[in-house]
Order: sequence, then C-alpha cells, then structure tokens
Amino acid sequence: MRSQPGSLKTNAKAALADPVLKAAMAKLKTGFRSKRAIAVDRLPEFDALRDRGQAMKNHVLANLDFYLEQFAARVEEQGGGVHWCRTAGEARQAVLDICRGQGAKMVTKGKSMISEEIGLNDWLIKHGIETVETDLGEYIIQLRHEAPSHIIAPAIHVNRHQVADAFRAAHTDLDAARPLDEPRQLLDEARAMLRQKFLAADVGITGANFLVAENGATAIVTNEGNGDLTQILPKAHIVLASLEKIVPTMADAATVMRLLARSATGQEATSYVTFSAGPRRPDDKDGPKAFHVVLLDNGRSAMLGGPFQDMLRCIRCAACINHCPVYGAVGGHAYGSVYCGPMGSVLSPALGGLAEWAEMPNASTLCGRCEIVCPMRIPLPRMLRHWRTREFERHLTPLPVRAGLAAWGFLATRPTLYHLAMRLAMPVLAWFAKGRGRLADLPLAGGWTASRDLPAPEGETFQAAWARRKRR
Amino acid sequence: MTPTERPTVGLFATCLVDLFRPSVGFAAAKLIEDAGCAVEVPKGQTCCGQPAYNSGDRATAQRLARQTIDAFARYDYVVLPSGSCAGMIRIHYPDLLADDPLYAERAKELAAKTHELVSFLVDVRKVDAIKGRFGETVTYHDSCSGLRELGIKAQPRRLLAGIEGLELKELSGPEECCGFGGTFCVKYPEISERLVDDKAIDIEATGAATVLAGDLGCLMNMAGRLKRRGSAVKARHVAEVLAGQTDRPAIGEKD
Repeated sequence: MRSQPGSLKTNAKAALADPVLKAAMAKLKTGFRSKRAIAVDRLPEFDALRDRGQAMKNHVLANLDFYLEQFAARVEEQGGGVHWCRTAGEARQAVLDICRGQGAKMVTKGKSMISEEIGLNDWLIKHGIETVETDLGEYIIQLRHEAPSHIIAPAIHVNRHQVADAFRAAHTDLDAARPLDEPRQLLDEARAMLRQKFLAADVGITGANFLVAENGATAIVTNEGNGDLTQILPKAHIVLASLEKIVPTMADAATVMRLLARSATGQEATSYVTFSAGPRRPDDKDGPKAFHVVLLDNGRSAMLGGPFQDMLRCIRCAACINHCPVYGAVGGHAYGSVYCGPMGSVLSPALGGLAEWAEMPNASTLCGRCEIVCPMRIPLPRMLRHWRTREFERHLTPLPVRAGLAAWGFLATRPTLYHLAMRLAMPVLAWFAKGRGRLADLPLAGGWTASRDLPAPEGETFQAAWARRKRR
Repeated sequence: MTPTERPTVGLFATCLVDLFRPSVGFAAAKLIEDAGCAVEVPKGQTCCGQPAYNSGDRATAQRLARQTIDAFARYDYVVLPSGSCAGMIRIHYPDLLADDPLYAERAKELAAKTHELVSFLVDVRKVDAIKGRFGETVTYHDSCSGLRELGIKAQPRRLLAGIEGLELKELSGPEECCGFGGTFCVKYPEISERLVDDKAIDIEATGAATVLAGDLGCLMNMAGRLKRRGSAVKARHVAEVLAGQTDRPAIGEKD
C-alpha cells in the first residue's frame, strides 16, 4: 500500500518544491473541479441520486454477507471462480496460482487500485510473469517505476515531456530520432506498443467498479477501451475487487455509475461501461475461457459496525481528492499511501494500521470541502478527527504536541488563572513587536513565523478591556 | 420571544479575539447592541476547545465544553465573532457530550441558541442593512467552518452591500481554504504556506485595499502572509467595518 517511503512532512517539502507538480495541480483545479461543478449543476436530481446511492450502500453494508454470497453463487453458476482472500498476501497468491494454472508468461492489466493496494505487479514480476499496465496513465507510471499519485488519474503529476522521456527510455527498438512532441504522437506510440501486449497476453486482470449481486456481473467504468481488450482477448480474466464493491441490482449499479462519472470527471457517463459475467459461453463470439473473481477483505470487514463503516460507501470517484487543498498543494505521492487525499487519509489507517499511517489524518485543515462534494455523503472530516482521537488515546500523538496541549489545556480550564496569565503575557508579546504591529520571528513559534509574520496583539486582552470599561 | 423584548446575549469573544484583537470584541458588542440586545461578557470563558477537539484530545475538549456551557447557559443567545468557534458549539458540542448524563441536554440547548455574529444579525435579528461608511475596495474570504458548517455566505455580503463607499471585489476562489486550519498551520507549516500564499496572490489580484473575513484565525494567517510578501493589502474582521470601528490599525499594521 505504500507508494513512497519517508514521512508525509518530509515528502511534502520535496513535493512543494517541484514545479512540474505545481503546474499539474493548477490544472486539477480548472479541470476536474469545474467539470464536476458543471455536470452536477446540469442534473437537478443529483442530490436525490446521492440520497439513493447512500441508502443503497448502507443497506448493502448492513447485509454484506447476504449479497456477497448471492454474488458468489451467481458467478459460480456461470462457470466462474470466486476466491475469498482475507489479506493482501492471500490475494497475491490467488492471482499467482490462477496465472500459473494458465501457464501464463504475460499478463495485461486494466487500472485497479486493489492491485496497487496489494502490490501485485512487483509480486508477479518477481515470479517471472511479465506484467503490463494498459491504462495509459498506469502504463506511464509503470515505465517510470512509480506508484499512482491519484486514484483515477494515476499519472497526473507527469507532464508530456516526461512521458516522452519515459517512452524513449523504454521503447528502445524504435527510431531514437522519432518526434514525440505532440500528445497524439505519444498516444499512437503507446497504442502500438500496447496492441502487441494485448494480443500476446495469457491472462488479463482488471479491477471492478462494482459487483452486481443479482446476476454475478462485474463492471468496469473506463474511458480508454483498454479494459475491454484486457479482459476479452486473453484466455483468462481475473477480476480483482474488494468486498464493499457489491451492489444488489443492475439498477443500483446505474445509480452508482451516474454519481461516479459526474463526480469524477464531470462526464454524464464514461466512454465505456463494461459488464462481464462468467467465462465465454458456447455461442459467445469472444471472451475468456476462464473467469475468476478475487475478492479482497484486507481489513474492510473489521470496519463494519465501527466509526469508519461509512468509508465503505466510497465509490473511488476522487472528488474529495480533487477538491482537497492539501492534495492540491502536495499531490498524491507525498501521502506515502496509494490511497491519497481525504479518502486515503481515512482508509489507509483502517487498512494498514494507525501506527503506520497516523500522519495522514493530521495533514488536513478540516476545511470540509471533501464532505460537501462526496457523492456518497461520507463524513470525511469527522472520520479524520476520529483517527486523531484514537491516535491521542493510544499515545501515538507526538510528544511536543501532547505537551503543548496539556499545558494549554491546564490553563484554559482554569479561567481565573488563564485570564491573569494572558493579561500578563499579551503586553510582553506586544512589546516584542516594538510598535511594528507584527513579529517577523518569535522563539518557539517558528512554525508560524517561518512563512508569515505574526500580527502583534493590541496589548490589553478583551476581557480586561471590557471589565475596565464596565467599571467606568 | 417577541421582537419588542430586549434579549441578553452572552458574547463569547473567542480566545484569539481576547488575546490579539480586542477591538473585534468591541465591534461585535456594538453590532449586537445596535440589533436590540443587551451584551454581557461572562468571565468563565476562555476557549471553545476546538484545538483540543481537532487534535484528538477529547477529554480536554469536553472539559472546555462543559466550562463554556456553565458560563453561557443563562443567556438568551450566545454570539461569537467566528464561524469556526460558533460551529464548534453548534455542531460539535452535542456530539462531544452526547454520553455525558449531566451535559448532553445542556449541550443541545446551548447549541440551539449559539450563532456566529453576522449570521445572528441577519438570520436571527433580521437586520437588513447597517448604516456606515468605509471608502475602500474590499474583498471577502469565506472561512471554511462558517461557510460549510453554518452556511454563512450571503449574510456578510448583504450587510457589506449597505456600507456607503465600500466596493466588494470577489476573489477568484473565495471558498478556498486559506491554510490556517488551527494547529495545522504549525504542524504542517510548509503546506500551510503554499495555501496561504495562493490565497494572498488571489487577494492581491482583486486590487482590493482590504481583505475581510469573519474569523480571526484565517485573518491573522492571511495578514501575516500578505505582510511577509510585502503586500500593501490590509486585513480586518468584517465586524470592524460593519460597526464603523476602523480607526485602529488593520491586523498586523503598525500603530
């Protein structure tokens, strides 16, 4: 699940100094954000749709065992296999076993965050299976040996010049002098390279945007068409999905689709929505001979019934990420987890443990915009705060923060002492400013004064000044 | 309560106004009195507890919530010149004290009568316009908690529209977080710097002489960054302009 070593704080400093990332993040605001706003404005029933989606997911989470079993039974009736995996390790092994059973030398992949969560590519490659990402963004970052920096736009941090560099470094069979200045040229080259891989692959692996319980169908929502080629051409198709992707019916799937596309890219619908249910039937013209669903838990069932259950409503649209000021400043890699931004900051500690991911819920201003744009109305700020509470309770909060809070709390809960202390302290602080109205630096306040002046206090506290006026 | 009665408002100045900018407290008191209320400032107030609450220290936040309830329970209304602190009481106190047998109900009662200052004037006291003069071009930053927890957006603009000589030029991103975030700004100063720098650039681009907002935390952050950038743009709490109390230097300006 880790995308980058190092602390969020250290990674953020490096990210803030990256001019390419800064330009990419500026586009995020004009692109994803405004497109979503337009798409939502165009649909008067958007809020009603959100209510429906939320209620449907809550119902599913309350009856998850029932719908999972229904889904699995439908898949198996149609000749597919279902593999229940409690951990990332079990899921990796299940995929490897299926690939080995197919005698696979090469695997193509559609975009899957579960694959990133369980570190599947490295695992398959380590076991001698060539593994090729076919989503353009994923292909680019695979060539650059990076993790995605955004859950729906994995290469958002990369500009086209860097893509050209990556292609030249990887596609060494091609003419070194070929022009790669235009996006069209890059697209054509990627398409030509990937076409060979689609045709040669033994197994295709995709994620799933939802799993439909009533008919055992799995669905992917894409814009490039690579997912279709990944799942139709090889002899086996593996669907990697986490358990909360279940929806009861095709109508429910439509509800999620309508919310997802608008919230994610501002589209009414994505270019492709592809359903697959079971392996090729006798009169099917194409399709894989084998069909497997690898169902991953990896900590999700433990979220049921607790304060983080609502997070399992997430449909991975990335609206929270796109509207997060902190993500917009530091990008996805700085978080260190493949799940970044507000959704990632709630999910990562749940899946990977609070001790490992305690920084993420703290790296938020709690501005609340994520909750406003979330199509599933997930109370993200509340859950970020809840992680901070757990962190404090388990004594994971850094000592200086704890000590500062304790000292301040001691004073603030003793009003008489507090007012006396502040009445004495404020004139001192005002004196430090020496009539300039502000302080450019102040001992122990470097966190503030490194980047901004501290406006000086007026001198007398309001309480003292008010009491003095009342006496007159 | 009929409009002819004169309700008593407990003014919770907030810790930042108490310590750094008492003039906002006096401006708030004037506005509340002009809206037909009596103002009292109970001595039992310190801080609403938000820093502890957002840092995960629930026990300290609960102690401060109970202290605040004890200090303010006797008033008809509680008014704060801050959307963030008002949101803390209105939205979060009932949740914070939900399991406290003595305070759960009292937290709900206090929440129901607590208001952010400008919202109190417009939504509760039905103030349509305030007479005043401020001959400057200003811009307005919507602080996150007031905006998203309490729906404060139109109210300050409505009252500012009645101030003679004042011209409002909107930011390109009035709803973008300024990067203050309470303790966030010192826990992640580099990220906070980027956010407040973007905000300062947006403020400067409007050509306004003064940026107004309803929360002193955001204002100190924006003023501090504007000054560090060497900008001439000043920062004031919206209450100062509405109350006509702009004789004191703006936030971070010298005497």
